[in-house]
Amino acid sequence: MTALAQRPAAPKPPEHDRPKWTQKLTPVVSVYLALVVLLIVGSVLVAVDGGMLLDQGGILNILTRSTTLGLVAIGQTLVILTGKLDLSVAYLIGLCSLIAAETMAGDPGNIVFAVALTLAVAAVVGLVNGLVITRLKVNAFIATLGTALIIRGYLENGYEGPAGEVPRAFQHLGYDRIGPIPISTLLMLALAGLAWWYLGRTRGGYHIYAVGGDEDVARLSGVRTNRTIVKAHVLCSVAAGLAGIFLASRLGSGAPYVGTDAGYDLESIAAVVLGGTLLAGGRGGVAGTIGGVLILATLDTVFDDLGVTPFFKDVVRGVVLIVAVALYARRQVSRRGK
Amino acid sequence: MTRRLKLTEGTLPVLVVLAILLVALAFAGPAFNEPAGYLALLKRAAPLMILAIGQYFVIVSGGFDLSVGSLVTAEVVIAARLIDGEEGATAWVLLFMLGFGALVGLVNGLITTRLLVPSFIVTLGMLLVLDGAVFLWTGGAPRGALSDAFRTVGRSGFEVPLLGQVPWSVVLLAVIVVAAVFFMRGGTGRTLVAVGDNETAVRLGGGRVERLRTLAFVLSGLSAAVAAVLLGGFAGVSAQVGDGLEFRVITAVVLGGVLLGGGRGSVVAAMAGALTLEALFSLLNLLGVSGGLESAVQGVIIIAAVAYASAGSNLFRHKVVNQEKKNVKEETAAQQ
Repeated sequence: MTALAQRPAAPKPPEHDRPKWTQKLTPVVSVYLALVVLLIVGSVLVAVDGGMLLDQGGILNILTRSTTLGLVAIGQTLVILTGKLDLSVAYLIGLCSLIAAETMAGDPGNIVFAVALTLAVAAVVGLVNGLVITRLKVNAFIATLGTALIIRGYLENGYEGPAGEVPRAFQHLGYDRIGPIPISTLLMLALAGLAWWYLGRTRGGYHIYAVGGDEDVARLSGVRTNRTIVKAHVLCSVAAGLAGIFLASRLGSGAPYVGTDAGYDLESIAAVVLGGTLLAGGRGGVAGTIGGVLILATLDTVFDDLGVTPFFKDVVRGVVLIVAVALYARRQVSRRGK
Repeated sequence: MTRRLKLTEGTLPVLVVLAILLVALAFAGPAFNEPAGYLALLKRAAPLMILAIGQYFVIVSGGFDLSVGSLVTAEVVIAARLIDGEEGATAWVLLFMLGFGALVGLVNGLITTRLLVPSFIVTLGMLLVLDGAVFLWTGGAPRGALSDAFRTVGRSGFEVPLLGQVPWSVVLLAVIVVAAVFFMRGGTGRTLVAVGDNETAVRLGGGRVERLRTLAFVLSGLSAAVAAVLLGGFAGVSAQVGDGLEFRVITAVVLGGVLLGGGRGSVVAAMAGALTLEALFSLLNLLGVSGGLESAVQGVIIIAAVAYASAGSNLFRHKVVNQEKKNVKEETAAQQ
């Protein structure tokens, strides 16, 4: 301890050398600024093209797109904050949409049971992911890729196309709205709020940051790191399960590849990273993630309105992702990316 | 001592699994009663094995390359469009493909090392860009055709007494394997592994970390170009040639006991992982296991293999922890 006390003051972190106004540009602020700029530029472009980006339909479009991705990305944020990854969410979404739709089988009386069952299955998948990572010491990338392959095998073996039927009453979840804002989006935002509160105000949330910052230090400080990692994976899978339920409600049935066709595994990781969360873990949060999700959804909507071919979207998305992360990385030179 | 470490780190397990699979193949199908069957297996596995070599360089230096699948697709589609059935164009198109692969690798490497973007994100972005660009260019249906000369490498072979037909791809594979082994034994190869193990140490030791990691991405891009030549010849032109290859090749490398995060594992083991994966698919096919179960089995096996490997390396955890303690002590001493 004395050695520590005698040490000269630590050199100032590089943040203090930058001009004052840039210090306020945290990733979260930057991502929402970028969103505003994108909305303005997008509106102008669409207006020049003779359309209207932010009319009732446009807002609805952006928000609906954001809801599914947002649900997945909220869960993914928790996992990435612990320094792990979840590649199994895409197939899990398909699986959950099927379980929900098949259990409901068109009967409104089954809704509660079906939702509970779907979330329970999702939680078990997350539990398996977490236990494989922490107990068997398998790298998260491989563990969740393995889980994804297993679920995919089950889906390919058992399903050729959509199955099950969602009762009419349950479709209200996918289609009802208050003004221009869908109820499902409000639910997604509520979940985001809950996650924000959990991460920033509770002990469990602090533990997630601690584990992501440095797992060994966290363990030595008395954090139950394994339990924290398992918890993050369970929550992530449950969020993916909610996305599956929402999609089942939109589609009216379960679809095995609804999650993979949209690429929700890599897309959700992209949204989280776009939102300023470090892929290595320990820094970031849900607020940025929602901003990232909104940016991706707005980009999609703008391109749709402009009639750009869907493949061009991928090109732009790739460039945006790299540029955004490169900008964040400049301020974190000390933490070299893995 | 190095040898003992290697055995626990997963080179041996993958070779044992491979041997079991090869014996099982001999029992499962009459095709594997003579060398031709195994040569055909090697021919099928050659593209994945070559990709695994490239991916190994990146993974062992501490990165990921998710862009190889879409790079393979892009290469094949570009080649078909440029050659368009014209024999004379083969040679320069081959050169162009290698150049394009190296260029994509260079971009990946430079963005990773200079802009400090994690390689997972860089190559994910590159995947999106390449995928989108290919579809944008072709509209989903590639045009043009490959020349016969181009397809020879992937498709045919030459007669050898006793062995039967030896595919050209196997010869090419052998050459690349030898080159890769010599590369990894040389100074550059060793330093590359050291970069994955402890970047700071290499930096302090005067190693050019950025240059080495960029080199790894360039080699990975080149391997994708070569794999594209083989796959284009073997499977023909389509916009789906490279689908899912990136995850399959990472699986193969990890199956070979190479540690994600870098610093551990040999290039031969990475290739053995790729061959094991292909042998497994062949066996499942011969046993009549359907496509769906195939991927489930693949999932179980990679989890099991990696769990086994990390259980093995835990024997040495004690030592590693001691080493880390020593490092920390030295660091504090240096700071004072």
